[in-house]
Amino acid sequence: MQPKLAVWKFSSCDGCQLTLLDCEDELLEVAGQVEIAYFLEASRAVVAGPYDLSIVEGSITTADDVERIREVRRMSRHVVSIGACATAGGIQALRNFADVREFTSVVYAHPEYIHTLDRSTPPSAHIDIDFELHGCPIDKGQLLEVITAFLHGRRPQIASHSVCVECKRRGTVCVMVSKGIPCLGPVTHAGCGAICPAFNRGCYGCFGPADTTNIPAFVGALSAAGMSDFDLVRVFRTFNAEAPAFREASMAAEAAEDRR
Amino acid sequence: MAGPSGTTLALDGDGLETVIAAVRQRGYTVIAPTVRDGAVAYEPITSAAALPRGVGDEQGPARYRLRERDDDALFGFAAAPSSWKRYLYPPATTLWRARRDEHGTLLFDESAAAVPRYAFLGVRACELAAILVHDRVFAGAAHPDPTYAARRRELFIIAVHCGSPSGVCFCTSMGTGPRAREGFDLGITELLDTATPRYIVEAGSPAGLELLESLAASPATVQDLEAAQAVTDVATEHMGRHLETGGLPEMLQRNLEHPQWDDVAARCLSCGNCTMACPTCFCSDDVEAQAPDGETSARVREWASCFSHDFSYIHGGTVRETVRSRYRQWMTHKLGTWWEQFGTSGCVGCGRCIAWCPVGIDITEEAAAIRASDGRGRGSA
Repeated sequence: MQPKLAVWKFSSCDGCQLTLLDCEDELLEVAGQVEIAYFLEASRAVVAGPYDLSIVEGSITTADDVERIREVRRMSRHVVSIGACATAGGIQALRNFADVREFTSVVYAHPEYIHTLDRSTPPSAHIDIDFELHGCPIDKGQLLEVITAFLHGRRPQIASHSVCVECKRRGTVCVMVSKGIPCLGPVTHAGCGAICPAFNRGCYGCFGPADTTNIPAFVGALSAAGMSDFDLVRVFRTFNAEAPAFREASMAAEAAEDRR
Repeated sequence: MAGPSGTTLALDGDGLETVIAAVRQRGYTVIAPTVRDGAVAYEPITSAAALPRGVGDEQGPARYRLRERDDDALFGFAAAPSSWKRYLYPPATTLWRARRDEHGTLLFDESAAAVPRYAFLGVRACELAAILVHDRVFAGAAHPDPTYAARRRELFIIAVHCGSPSGVCFCTSMGTGPRAREGFDLGITELLDTATPRYIVEAGSPAGLELLESLAASPATVQDLEAAQAVTDVATEHMGRHLETGGLPEMLQRNLEHPQWDDVAARCLSCGNCTMACPTCFCSDDVEAQAPDGETSARVREWASCFSHDFSYIHGGTVRETVRSRYRQWMTHKLGTWWEQFGTSGCVGCGRCIAWCPVGIDITEEAAAIRASDGRGRGSA
C-alpha cells in the first residue's frame, strides 16, 4: 500500500502549496510513490486519515486553527511544516509587534466580525513538528528532497548554512563588499540558490535565519554602512519577522530608535 | 628568471594575442581575468580584448572596488573575488551514480565527466602557491582525488608576476610572491614603462618552452629583464598587510584559550565567506541526489564551510557549537596545523578572507593580537 500524503493550509497565501504543483514532471514521480489523500489546492477528492506524511502550510492565527493543527498531528505519522508562515508565523506575524485590534479596525468595515488571535505563530508553537522547511516561498527542489527523504525513512539533506555559501558556489560577486548594497545573506538560511544577489540586489531574508547568526555584529555592519534604525527594523520585519534571530534584530533596532 | 637568451621574449600587446592563439591552438580553453559585475572574474576568453584594460582595484577589509587606471595595463589589479579553485575543484561535482537493476542489485557508475583542458592566464604568485597547496591536498596523498588530479594534469599555467598588490595583500609575509618562482609553464611580467604595455615572457616548463619557441618574437634585453625584476621589487614594497610567521604554528598552539578568540567570535558572522573565497580551503559535503522512487541516486560533492553549524555534526550533535571554536579551528588549521598535515602553510597571503568578510575580520590582525599578548591563552582546547 502506498503511503498517504496530506497537504494542509492554515493562514497563508498558498504559494508554498503551489510550489508543489509547480514541480510538474517531478510531481508525477512523487504521485507515483504516494497516494495524494488530501490536497484541496489540487483536488476536491478527499481520502480520510490517518496520513503517513502531512505537509502543513500557513501559520496559526485563529482559535479554530489551534484545534485543527492538533487534529492534523493526531491523524499524521509525520508532520512537515513548509514556508515562512509555518516555520516563523509569516508576514501576518507583524501583528505580534503591534495591537491586532488596531489593525483590524483600520482594515475592515466591520472589525467586530473578525475573530483572530493576538499573535500569529508557527505550528511548532502548538504541536511537535518532524521537520521544518524554510522559505517564502519554499524551493521546489528542497521540497522534493524532503518528501523523498520521508518516503525512504531518512533525514532530509537540507543545508542550514548562510546564503553567502550559495553566492560563492554560483560565483556571484558579493554585493555588500563590491557595491555596498545592504544584504541579509550572511544571516539568512540558504535554500533559494542566492537569487537576489545574482541580480544585483541584497538578500531579503526570505528563508529566515541561518543556523548560526551573530545579529549584534551584523546589525553593526549594516549601521556602519549607513542603514538607519528605522530601516533596520523594516528589513528584519518581513516574512520571517517572528523567527527568534530576526525578532531579536528588529527589537534591538527599535529600542535604539526609541532611545534617539 | 632566465637570462637574456632566446627563451625569454619581449612581446607587445599583439604578441600577447599570439600567445593566447598559440595556447588555444594546442587545444586549451583559456581562462583569464575579465570584468564582470563590477569585479574581475576568471572566465573563458578567446582574445586579449576580453582582458580588463586599464582596470585596477582597491581592496580593504570588507571592501572591493574597481578603479580606472591611468595606463592600459591588462593585469593592473590584485586577486579577483573568486579564485582558480573553481576550475580545478568545482563547487559541485558528481562523484558517482547508482541504480538498482531488475534483481534489486545496486549498479555503480563511476565514469567521470570529460576532463577539460584549461590554460589559466594571469595566475598570480599567491594563487599559484595555492594551486601547489592543493596539489599536496588532493594529488599528493596516497588516495589522490580523481577529479582534481585529472584536471591538474591537463592544466597549462601562465603566471603573471604581480605588479599591483592591494590593500589586503601579504604574499611577501607568506613567502609566496609577488614573483612566481615555480610551477608555471609561462611566466609573464607586464611592463608599463612605454606608451603601450609590453610583456616579458619566460618559460617555466618544457611545455612552456615549446610554446615560446614557436613564437616569432625578439628576445628580451638585459634592460627588459631588469625592468621586469623591478616590477616585483616595487610590488614587494606595497603590501597592504603583514603577518609575522616566525614560530606561528607553535604560537597559536600555546594560545588556544587566548581571550582574542572570544573577541573575534563577537565579530564573526559565521557566514563562511572567508572559507569560500580562500583559494586553499577545500572542505566539502557529500549529498545524495535520490530520485523519489529510490531506484537511482547520484553522490554529489559540494563546497562546504567549517563555519556552518552542521559541518561538524556527527551522531548525537555538532562538535563545534560556538563561533569561537569554529573560528579558532579555521585559523589554527590555516596557519598552524596545516603544516603537520600537508607540510605547508594553508595561507598564501592573497587577502581574500579579509576583503570578502562582510565585517572585515583580518586574519593578520587576529594573529598579531594573539602574539601581542602571547601566553595569555595557555591551556588546551
